[in-house]
Amino acid sequence: MDANFEAKLARNENIEPKDWMPDIYRKHLIRQVSQHAHSEIIGMLPEGNWITRAPSLRAKMVLIAKVQDEGGHGLYLYTAAESLNISREELLEQLHTGKAKYSSIFNYPTLTWADIGAIGWLVDGAAIMNQVMLQRTSYGPYARAMVRICKEESFHQRQGYEITCKLAAGTKEQKEMAQDALNRFWWPTLMMFGPPDAASSNSENAIKWKIKRESNDQLRQRFVNQTVPQAELIGLTIPDKNLEWNEAKKGYDFSDPDWKEFNNVIHGNGPCNRERLGARVKAHENGRWVREAAIAYAEKRKQKAAAYQ
Amino acid sequence: MNKDSQGALWEVFVQKKPGQPYVHCGNLHAFDAEMALQNARDVYTRRNEGTALWVVPSASIVASSPEDIGPFFEPANDKVFRHPTFYKLPKEIKHM
Ligand SMILES: [Fe+2]
Ligand SMILES: [Fe+2]
Repeated sequence: MDANFEAKLARNENIEPKDWMPDIYRKHLIRQVSQHAHSEIIGMLPEGNWITRAPSLRAKMVLIAKVQDEGGHGLYLYTAAESLNISREELLEQLHTGKAKYSSIFNYPTLTWADIGAIGWLVDGAAIMNQVMLQRTSYGPYARAMVRICKEESFHQRQGYEITCKLAAGTKEQKEMAQDALNRFWWPTLMMFGPPDAASSNSENAIKWKIKRESNDQLRQRFVNQTVPQAELIGLTIPDKNLEWNEAKKGYDFSDPDWKEFNNVIHGNGPCNRERLGARVKAHENGRWVREAAIAYAEKRKQKAAAYQ
Repeated sequence: MNKDSQGALWEVFVQKKPGQPYVHCGNLHAFDAEMALQNARDVYTRRNEGTALWVVPSASIVASSPEDIGPFFEPANDKVFRHPTFYKLPKEIKHM
């Protein structure tokens, strides 16, 4: 059986839910896919914070559509995780009790409208880089969810960059606001790709099983290479004194993010960890009566239908 | 059903345009057929991905199992005469 699994991976064929797979592969995927799902729905909170205060009707419609997409992404990923034999209820329980993690980026506050621009441009940009790679991940349901997600993501980054462009071309205060958002989101965005390869405990297996096709550092480098010219074009400055083009590697040299801060945020001590989890648990509790009513209604209709037969 | 259930799992199939086959696009949770259909519309057709939907309780799907890929599909392997390229035609006949 093991040979079969290895052979499939070697042929670049997807592993499907009914296929035999090593327990440790299943566990790795449950952790990664559920963490990804949790990130999608927790990610709705910092942006949701600005829906009521969006500066125009157009901006508001766009933001609602984006946040709605993220909810859908959460759903695709939860069902992909469920195909690995874990229930939706269990997955949510893990999130609500803090047993499961979500992306550390969503534990930072959204202080100004420019932050909504920075999130779309940088955070969605970084997420897309990771998700494009994951379209070729070895687990079938995860790969298929990624294909749909990537299609939907393409507007997310553009709308964020558009907001940032507008502010950068605006008044002095608006431009400062855009720069300030870039300053605050730059480092947490670089952290999204995970710890450096040398220090990443999960990386090796993920590459071996073709769950990931590229390493954290490779993706981070690609993101920096892609983003620097976009910032320069609109007159914003990447907040890194060591940032410099390296002709030999055809890429930028850049500073390491503060990994101590990263670990701190991951372990629950970021600026908004408590607020985010609190909001999620409250939403779940407030929705309880809806789920109960839906069950009762479905039961009643089933009984009625049976009575007519 | 558990009191805090998210509903049963349903599979969703979308028809892109009238006349085309229904293609599986994903799944979702719902408490009944009507809710499954509405959720499917909201989740899977927000960008004109289709003009018709099927939703099917996942538990109702009967699937072949991956272990018997070989024996199950093998009977088709040695029957090349089921394909048009197996037959020789006079070379004067260009299309058939
Ligand atoms: Fe997303
Ligand atoms: Fe997104």
